[in-house]
Amino acid sequence: MRWDRLLKLAAIMLVVAVVAVVTTRPLFPGVKWLPLTNLINLGLDLKGGVHVVLEAEETPEVPVTTERVKQAMAIIETRVNAFGVSEPVVQQEGSRRIIVELAGISDPDQAVSNLIRTAYLEFKTEDGTTVLTGRQLKDATEAQNPQSGQVVVNLEFEPDGAKTFADVTAANVGRRIGIYLDERLLQEPVVNEPIPSGRAQITGYESLEEAHNMAILLRSGALPVKLEVMEKRTVGPTLGADSLDKSVKAGIAGIIAILIFMAVYYRVPGLVADLALIIYGLLVFMVFAGFHVTMTLPGIAGFLLSLGMAVDANVIIFERLKEELWNGKSLHAAIDAGFKRAFVAILDANVTTLIAAGVLYYFGTGPVKGFALTLSIGILASMFTAITMTRWLLHLVAGSNLVRNVKMYGA
Amino acid sequence: MKLRDRMPFHFIKLRWIWYVISAVIILTGIVSLSTRGLNLGIDFTGGSLLDVRFERTAAVQEVREVLGAYGLEGASIQQSDANTFLIRSRELSEEENNQLIQSLEAQFGEVDVRRGERVGPVIGQELIQKAVLALLVAAVLMIIYISWRFELKQGIAAIVAVLHDVLVVLGLFSLLQLEVNTAFVAAILTVIGYSINDTIIIFDRVRENVLYMKKGMAFEDVINSSLWQTMARSINTALTVVFVLVAMLILGGTTIQNMVVALLVGIVSGVYSSVFTAGPVFFDLKKFERRRPGAARA
Repeated sequence: MRWDRLLKLAAIMLVVAVVAVVTTRPLFPGVKWLPLTNLINLGLDLKGGVHVVLEAEETPEVPVTTERVKQAMAIIETRVNAFGVSEPVVQQEGSRRIIVELAGISDPDQAVSNLIRTAYLEFKTEDGTTVLTGRQLKDATEAQNPQSGQVVVNLEFEPDGAKTFADVTAANVGRRIGIYLDERLLQEPVVNEPIPSGRAQITGYESLEEAHNMAILLRSGALPVKLEVMEKRTVGPTLGADSLDKSVKAGIAGIIAILIFMAVYYRVPGLVADLALIIYGLLVFMVFAGFHVTMTLPGIAGFLLSLGMAVDANVIIFERLKEELWNGKSLHAAIDAGFKRAFVAILDANVTTLIAAGVLYYFGTGPVKGFALTLSIGILASMFTAITMTRWLLHLVAGSNLVRNVKMYGA
Repeated sequence: MKLRDRMPFHFIKLRWIWYVISAVIILTGIVSLSTRGLNLGIDFTGGSLLDVRFERTAAVQEVREVLGAYGLEGASIQQSDANTFLIRSRELSEEENNQLIQSLEAQFGEVDVRRGERVGPVIGQELIQKAVLALLVAAVLMIIYISWRFELKQGIAAIVAVLHDVLVVLGLFSLLQLEVNTAFVAAILTVIGYSINDTIIIFDRVRENVLYMKKGMAFEDVINSSLWQTMARSINTALTVVFVLVAMLILGGTTIQNMVVALLVGIVSGVYSSVFTAGPVFFDLKKFERRRPGAARA
């Protein structure tokens, strides 16, 4: 028995166990630092949210230009921020597409409807001439009359707009002025007297929330192009939480099955591989946390598949180790020879899988990209742990003389 | 007798049996593919999908009646439990979608939209193009890599094995009419990666054995012993992946169930084809080369 090496081995196991528990489980009530669970972002399919692809559409009056798409994107960004969603994504894809991702909102359908509303505000006189538009708007705010409970949106015009409004109201006393939104008549109040203040009011909202949304739309300005929904995917928060819960359970069950299988079939090396597999899992999660990888449902599948890869490298090495032992090599010599001969096979095999994952990452979108990414990180990390960690641990165990019978190494 | 010397049968000599087994399975799939085709999901065809849970229990017929008001009698309605339904229909505009949910709420109480998807036909077309392109690019890159590390004939044999697995998975999905979506494409590419991986491990052994084995040993025996030497690894690796996938199939929920099925079938097929297809095909390719007059190589 070599106690120094045995101690080393025990220390490693202790460190791994402590790291595994402390980084993922809230042991101490006040401590919120759980990097391996908190620092990993969850994708929309796991926490609920909406992913929508918008495309600027050509109309006879309004052709699509780069400039207009850029403006539309800025307006969408303003609207998204006004909704108060945490970490929204608004990005351009190609020349005329905009991708928007909103997490954790209660009514995704309504949110999308509001995002793509043109919100083109017009004031028209009785003969149909447009006298003012939303462009001359300075501010729009919702308000509720405390007595009547009536909900309104207050409009305030820019100085030049205010002047026009004053002139128009002066010229139209006793007549009606129509307020149109997206070419739909909202209301048509009669002008009682000239309004010089540059303020107007839209009434008829059912709730303060509805008025609030309208105010956001009017403030953010009208979209310069027509946006169409090309693709929309929503996941409710309940399904997301359910998916996360189920896949974590499935993952744990699968991992336990692997750990048992390896220990039973390969005995001492199998136990070493189990330890290496746990280290591998922690390592991969550290990479996920470090690079802020977004975890999606297929991403979890990718990670679990990479566990198979990590084990595979060990299986290849142990099968080699067996053969080297049969050929009459000493334990340490067999370990070295086993690793050396297995390395080429592992390298070639993993490079081809990386090619598949890389192609998938390049061509894929959303969750599929997440899958390719976790699979790739997993493959790289598995090569590292199998070749360095398992080898070192195996020598340590062999050197400790804890188990000397080569039968326990598979011979 | 040592375990590794146990070779119950000769892989190469019996190769016609494996060819026939594979051919029967693949032909069944191809017949199904050409008659019934694939059940393409809205990712490819465009359309709308709603996964809704009502406050009260409902019958499919009731849901269909509500859909009827929107001319959606033909929509596919799938009941997952007493008050949860999966509705697949033609593409619905934002307005139609919102109105439909309001109508459902009027009929069944509060509606929880667990999942909603809307995919335009253009997106679907692009997805098909991307998927096909991705498969081609992956295949070409792999052939190049294998030809560089091994030889072209092994690259071809590996791709034949991969094609085998892709056809097995596609055939099964056609036979069972399981829905094909984006995640399925990801599964297929992963199966390709795993299948090639298995094949490489075996070819690596062949490469090594060709160098070390006694002179005069028949090439078919070299491949055969290589296959037996890597047998334990082939089975054990597949087993570990199967553990994880079966756990996901049973416990993992329905959202990515089809992806897991594709992976499971594909990876099992991948192990089979690496052993029973790639090795024998490589042998036949080599044999052809040797028979050709003047093409003998050292």
